[in-house]
Amino acid sequence: MPATTPSLFKRITPQLLILAVVIGLNFLVFPDFFDVSFRNGRLFGNLVDVFNRGAPVALLCIGMTLVIATKGIDLSVGAVMAIAGATAASLVTDGYGWGTALLGALATGALCGFWNGFLVAVLRIQPIVATLVLMVAGRGIAQLITEGTILTFNNEGLIRLGAGTFMGIPTPIVIWLALGTLATIGVRRTALGMLIESIGVNEASSRLAGINSRVLLICVYLASGLCAALAGVIVAADIKGADANNAGLWLELDAILAVVIGGNSLLGGRFSIVASLIGALIIQSVNSVILLSGMPPEFNLVIKALLILAILVIQSPRVAHLIYMLRASGPERLPERQRPSVQEPKEDAL
Amino acid sequence: MIRSTHLPLMVTLATFVLAFALCGWQYPSMLSTRVVANLLTDNAFLGIVAVGMTFVILSGGIDLSVGSVIAFTGVFLAVILRDTSIHPLAAFVLVLLITTMFGAAMGAVIHFLEMPPFIVTLAGMFLARGAAYVLSTDSVPITHEFYDTLQDIYWKAPGGGRFRLIGGIMLLVFICGALVAHRTRFGQNVYAVGGGGPTARLMGVPLARTTVGIYAISGGLAGLAGIIFSLYTSAGYSLATVGVELDAIAAVVIGGTLLSGGYGFVAGTFFGILIMGLIQTYIVFDGTLSSWWTKIVIGALLFSFILLQKGLTWATITRKRTATGSAQQS
Amino acid sequence: MTTPQAPLLHASGISKFFPGAVALDEVELKLYPGEVHALLGENGAGKSTLIKCLTGAYRRDGGTITLDGEDIDAKSTAESQELGIGTVYQEVNLLPNLTVAENLFMGRQPTRLGLVNRRQMNTQAREALLGYGLDLDPGEPLNSFSVAVQQVVAIARAVALSGKVLILDEPTASLDRDEVDLLFGVIRQLKDSGLSIVFITHFLDQVFEISDRATVLRNGRVVGERLLADVTQHDVVTLMLGRQLEATVQDRKAGKPGALLLEINDLAKRGMIEPFSMNLHRGEVVGLAGLLGSGRTETANLLFGAVQADHGKMLIDGREARIANPRDAVAQGFAMCPEDRKTHGIVGDLSVRDNIILALQARQGWMRPIPRAKVHEIAEHYVKALDIRLASLDMPIRLLSGGNQQKALLARWLATEPDVLILDEPTRGIDVGAHAEIIALIERLRENGMALLVASSELEELVAYSTRVVVLRDRHQVRELTGDEITADNIVHAIAAEPEKGAA
Repeated sequence: MPATTPSLFKRITPQLLILAVVIGLNFLVFPDFFDVSFRNGRLFGNLVDVFNRGAPVALLCIGMTLVIATKGIDLSVGAVMAIAGATAASLVTDGYGWGTALLGALATGALCGFWNGFLVAVLRIQPIVATLVLMVAGRGIAQLITEGTILTFNNEGLIRLGAGTFMGIPTPIVIWLALGTLATIGVRRTALGMLIESIGVNEASSRLAGINSRVLLICVYLASGLCAALAGVIVAADIKGADANNAGLWLELDAILAVVIGGNSLLGGRFSIVASLIGALIIQSVNSVILLSGMPPEFNLVIKALLILAILVIQSPRVAHLIYMLRASGPERLPERQRPSVQEPKEDAL
Repeated sequence: MIRSTHLPLMVTLATFVLAFALCGWQYPSMLSTRVVANLLTDNAFLGIVAVGMTFVILSGGIDLSVGSVIAFTGVFLAVILRDTSIHPLAAFVLVLLITTMFGAAMGAVIHFLEMPPFIVTLAGMFLARGAAYVLSTDSVPITHEFYDTLQDIYWKAPGGGRFRLIGGIMLLVFICGALVAHRTRFGQNVYAVGGGGPTARLMGVPLARTTVGIYAISGGLAGLAGIIFSLYTSAGYSLATVGVELDAIAAVVIGGTLLSGGYGFVAGTFFGILIMGLIQTYIVFDGTLSSWWTKIVIGALLFSFILLQKGLTWATITRKRTATGSAQQS
Repeated sequence: MTTPQAPLLHASGISKFFPGAVALDEVELKLYPGEVHALLGENGAGKSTLIKCLTGAYRRDGGTITLDGEDIDAKSTAESQELGIGTVYQEVNLLPNLTVAENLFMGRQPTRLGLVNRRQMNTQAREALLGYGLDLDPGEPLNSFSVAVQQVVAIARAVALSGKVLILDEPTASLDRDEVDLLFGVIRQLKDSGLSIVFITHFLDQVFEISDRATVLRNGRVVGERLLADVTQHDVVTLMLGRQLEATVQDRKAGKPGALLLEINDLAKRGMIEPFSMNLHRGEVVGLAGLLGSGRTETANLLFGAVQADHGKMLIDGREARIANPRDAVAQGFAMCPEDRKTHGIVGDLSVRDNIILALQARQGWMRPIPRAKVHEIAEHYVKALDIRLASLDMPIRLLSGGNQQKALLARWLATEPDVLILDEPTRGIDVGAHAEIIALIERLRENGMALLVASSELEELVAYSTRVVVLRDRHQVRELTGDEITADNIVHAIAAEPEKGAA
């Protein structure tokens, strides 16, 4: 689909609305939320923090969006983050430069992604099962690289990737914005996006139309691995060390959640990276509300769980059908606007 | 009689026997009742939760919430025993009710809203873990004489092994689980759902009741595992048992149950648990190997079993194709 | 089976409407006690809709059904099962992962002290199946047995649960001769015990072998009910395929075929199609005729690389072409509109525009996106040229009617400007207007020098546009008709002719 501006805007309207509401909540519980200051050549402020802290999930959800668009899922991204962080850390502690470390980490991520893609596309193992293997073994591999310790480093170049600034903006923000833009352009200015969607909707038809679904599937998992590697490096750089046990722990779930909040169907098909990125921001804003309101951080998970449930219920085909039936029977009683994430019931016109 | 569906189970069994023999050959002291007893005690909670996971996976689903439910149960017990004076047995009943209802609720959402189990139980995982945090973020010790009584129950085998109560409960759960899976109508329905929901419905299987029941069992057994875990550690901690769902899934798959549902045995899961426990024990015995090898070896085992299952499915399809291929002469 | 008393099952005036289509139009079916009644018709004739109305899987929109003289109105398959109507489908509706005994007794397992008594269950299952002439270990999983045995198990279950009427929906589609004999033995035995059986199949020999009576459906209407003792295969095929249009078009074969484009030498795939040879020239339409299951679709899939051949070769312009997958085929200038539009043709959730551009874009590769203006131009062009009716190019293609979906698929392939266009049942399930337009389009493309291969069960159509017709039967190429030989009559003869035993 050509992502013309009006249709893109229409697509992400509900996500923007939710984001606005959550940001508004932030403002209510913490009136200084919007204060942004510029000190020591760096932007400071709670809003900046939301963008900065949300970077890992934002990066992950770029790749995850593509994977989910093909009707797949990548459970291994958290583990891949740990592996990539460990690779980068061990390379710089071995005396290599930060560039080499970054490249090495990206290469590991690509390798992990290729492995997942190979299992899914060539061996035809269900994605959830295929990526489970690396999810289980990944942290072990990461520990193998760090040799069981939290590998700390003080390579300035690498640390700058996580804690530094670029023109006053924290580097992670720059990185995820840049990659998000690049990925969006990459899939929408080429035919990649449409071909990926086509595979996700109907792989049999797509193959008969001459699409090389095998290669595309591998590429998608490869992309997810690369995004995870980048996120892993940022997290490691931020804490100046690679923690094989905790780096990226449960972030695969946050990334999937971001994609789902972004209104992308888990059943594959039409996707929007921009919407997923907003989904990532929504998650981070929710975290921020809980933090700023002084509510104990313990409630974070409970609220997140309720949020997932609410969104899932809205997205459920059964509920969508119910709404559809209600609208059909009593058009006046119901509001005009239907949430666009709701799929229309698949009633083919025979 | 060896049937093709028994093959993964046989492979599991052979793997276990071979691994145990290798361990015993390298470290003869591993062949003691002490090691065996510890194997049962240390993996008791994992074994119990894996029985529930077996039911879920047999039906073609997945339950990611169990690790969190165990942690919640532990914290709940610790807090309630600290703050009130109710007897632990009453607390056990209460927590089992809660976790069973919790599982049933997830099953209901999965069935009635037609949502993927993976994502529903993911929400359940956050919810249970969050509830545990809300109760307490610190590790709460449990000091109740009833706990001491329970912990002191053991049978001392010749050779010094202490077979404790919790290991026994795990064995009992496995036996009951096997009975339910293979000898009740409910168990048959679980296999039927795993074999294909629409067909099962056509054959008169009550899908709603079965699905809700499956997740209720998984939730309830996770609660029981939580009780066992609290007996094992004498504490409740909301950060405990992170990732246990992955271990349970791995044990089920290594035990020969097909991740896509329909094929497998509760007994297989038992050996899956033992294999995983053995790997850990070996690494402890070796002393030079690092603990992370456990994860890598389990991951590799998982992969081999997935490949084995893929191969078997593929072989069946090919055999069928050849069979229909010869039909052309008519 | 000649003296009909009152029918056991009598469906009359059954109608069923789908949005934009009449699936059944006042259909009548009389099933007498103790008879095997064949229900015949090509795909889309309404057989399966009728069955679904009988078994309660669909609610009928009109008509009455009486069983044993009483009006029935089953709301679900479970209810009709209780009333006495059991059904066995082609894809065995049992659970392959369970054992034979478990399948037989699912939902009614013998229990003792609340536990399933497996020993008793296995013994009972064994005895029950012995009654059907099957001696097997019922403790084995169902999928370790052949499809025929699975069918018999399904029949045993249906009979045990229902016991008045048994509906067999294409039970023999994937069986070999011995297996068919096994199944027919069971059917005869059930018939002798007084059960009435509805038998659906595409194999005419089998119809005549086992059935007493046949009802033939065509386009949702009953076109005849015959006692099979009184008629020949030829009569039945004529009824099934119809021949109302016979005299319409004759002189369209004026156009002379162009250069030789494609040579197919002994292309074959085990279990799908026996060695198949033919030539295809530019500017000609070769029709593929045959009943369902004769190898029409299989041939089309083989040529397009959707299925890989294990024997034979293809030459394009005299050079050997290796086609391992559809991508290769597209690169060689092939295009194919598959038989099953919904699962193999359209990409439902994508827009009509994307669907039209898909094949061209796939051939160009993702690196070279077709400029938006060009996409629009192509889509607009074909929407106009093929008269695709839609609200917007951006609407999901699944919302279009069948005819318009088919035209959009044609547009997808025409946009790649193919040399060879393969159409598999291009007019199935689409309305009359679009039907005529697609036939006209085939003519036009031929005149423009494209080579077309069209598989169809609509004989008048084939006769109307084909310059040659290849007739398939039981996965064999049995005849090639050219010029004036191409008549519906000749095709029917070729399809219905008994195969010479020596040649087969």
